[in-house]
Amino acid sequence: MATTNIQNYEMMLIFTPVLADDEFKTAQAKFTSFIKENGGEIVHQNAWGLKSLAYPIQKKTTGLYFVVEFTAPTDLNAKIEIQLNRDETVMRHMITHLDKFAVAYNNRKRNAPAKAEAKEETVS
Amino acid sequence: MARATDIKYLTTTRVEKRQKKYCRFKKLGIKYIDYKDAEFLKKFLNEQGKMLPRRITGTSLKFQRKLGHAVKKARQMAILPYVTDLLK
Repeated sequence: MATTNIQNYEMMLIFTPVLADDEFKTAQAKFTSFIKENGGEIVHQNAWGLKSLAYPIQKKTTGLYFVVEFTAPTDLNAKIEIQLNRDETVMRHMITHLDKFAVAYNNRKRNAPAKAEAKEETVS
Repeated sequence: MARATDIKYLTTTRVEKRQKKYCRFKKLGIKYIDYKDAEFLKKFLNEQGKMLPRRITGTSLKFQRKLGHAVKKARQMAILPYVTDLLK
């Protein structure tokens, strides 16, 4: 049953800031459709947009952040990694495996953003 | 003749009872540490962006380890800096 092993993942991409708005959208669509074509399913996607980096990457101080949460079979990662490395507009990428707590956390944050932030404030 | 029990201090010696440290993740029931939340992770870093030890924050070993993973991910994705001064 190795081929039907579906896992939860989260992918974060940093695109170069030189992209225009529509270019950014097509770049997002390119990877989300790639996930769908290869047996994955998009749970949620969130474009953070332009954000300043903590340190320069490729001599750029800002980047376009894009976070997408998806479920996919385990063999998708290697395939999408090739696409990401080949694409020059992607400065950084990271695919994280999400455990059950992470999925619950993301769901809660998505459904009640105000409540999630209130909880974090009580931590301090 | 003065015996040892007779010695009395003029001001009472102040013994501060320090509150016991606790693991905030266990206490608040936080199961997952989000690497995307920079403001939260900064509570566990010093001014240079290094992680604070467990003996200061009181975090349990399990969550200190998870925290480390989250900080490393955040650094890779330029959410937190690797080296810096005056982070806060």
